[in-house]
Amino acid sequence: MDIVAELLNGSKLAISRAITAVENEYGDAVEILQKIYPHTGRAYVIGITGPPGAGKSTLTDKLTKEYRSRGKTVGIIAVDPSSPFSGGAILGDRIRMNELTMDEGVFIRSMATRGSLGGMSRKTAEAVKVLDAAGKDIIFIETVGVGQSEVDIVKAADTTLVVLVPGLGDDIQAIKAGILEIGDVFAINKADRDGVERLHIEIEMMLDLDQNETEWRPKITRTIASQNQGVVELVDSIEEHAAYMVKTGLIQKRRFARTRNEILTMLDEAIQAYLKKKVANSRFEALTEEVSQRKNDPYSAVKSILAEVLK
Amino acid sequence: MEKRIRVLVAKPGLDGHDRGAKVVARALRDAGFEVIYTGIRLTPEQIAEAALQEDVNVVALSLLSGAHNTLFPRIVEIMKQKGIKDVLTIGGGVIPDADIPGLKAAGIAEVFTPGTPTEKIIEFIKANVK
Repeated sequence: MDIVAELLNGSKLAISRAITAVENEYGDAVEILQKIYPHTGRAYVIGITGPPGAGKSTLTDKLTKEYRSRGKTVGIIAVDPSSPFSGGAILGDRIRMNELTMDEGVFIRSMATRGSLGGMSRKTAEAVKVLDAAGKDIIFIETVGVGQSEVDIVKAADTTLVVLVPGLGDDIQAIKAGILEIGDVFAINKADRDGVERLHIEIEMMLDLDQNETEWRPKITRTIASQNQGVVELVDSIEEHAAYMVKTGLIQKRRFARTRNEILTMLDEAIQAYLKKKVANSRFEALTEEVSQRKNDPYSAVKSILAEVLK
Repeated sequence: MEKRIRVLVAKPGLDGHDRGAKVVARALRDAGFEVIYTGIRLTPEQIAEAALQEDVNVVALSLLSGAHNTLFPRIVEIMKQKGIKDVLTIGGGVIPDADIPGLKAAGIAEVFTPGTPTEKIIEFIKANVK
């Protein structure tokens, strides 16, 4: 089958096969991505991140239903961690989204991190392109449950939603660097629990201290995803942020930075592959031996390799 | 990047006994597989659709309600209709020996009954995955 033509037509089998090709770097992956690239950039990408058990999957399920009722088609990439020991993974986000499975306007794909540490897999952004080219209006990326510093999602998303729950820590947590800085929109999920007022005030205080020059003040919405409470309001505030991004032209800036970053990363990978091809393994081993015996130093070793390769 | 075997572990039908499915899911994870676990009480249509969207190599069905003769073949059938041709489908649960030949004829590659060591399932998948 012509996988590109079929996925552009929205064939779910083709979308699914294309994501597999991209994720596993099959021989035809680059060609697929090249061909679909002109058809990307239409979808609005929303990142959903937060600590494990905050309710990200349940909230994604409810947000998707709300977007569907507003006439949008939705693609979802749900990321869960790979085991650092076996490399295997249990991808369990679909459990919360089974009701979406039969909706023709929704496509859900689970991905394992496969060693990436930023909360997503290295291929998540490429999988998003496949869903984008296939015509999905809204694409959610649900990250792994994050701690404090897994913030790669901001590089991939147009709007980042940070989902928090009451009772995880005191106010010093709120002023630390990390995921609290990346939220364009906040949700306090499980808002029927104790501590919701305090958490709300702490996030507001953190935002008060924010020195960023933009006029966007992230909204905080209280939700109880399991009971579908606060979901309409949350979609409204995501949409408000999306409108702000478009009105101010920030979306182009953010996407430009993303494209730049993407090219740089690919260039890095290509250079590494080139180096591995150019520098004989024996040469590299010999240098390592010299350095480890202190006959040479690593800085000079790198210089001499570069001199050889770049002459 | 290395290819990983992807397995959908699913429970069709109305029983809520998911301990067995979870034990298998965990064992498959430890064997290095990527396991998509979808939870209990799914329809054959939902399972086939999830297999399609996740592009899995293996569909592992767990069922303890006694409805295997109806539901297992139905799932195989719907997957075929969706154009999924290269998936290995296996089943497990309290399934009488007498029913196994019929299930195999309907496209279930192997049936694992209670007491099966998880290594046997892993070996079977590794040997037969397409």
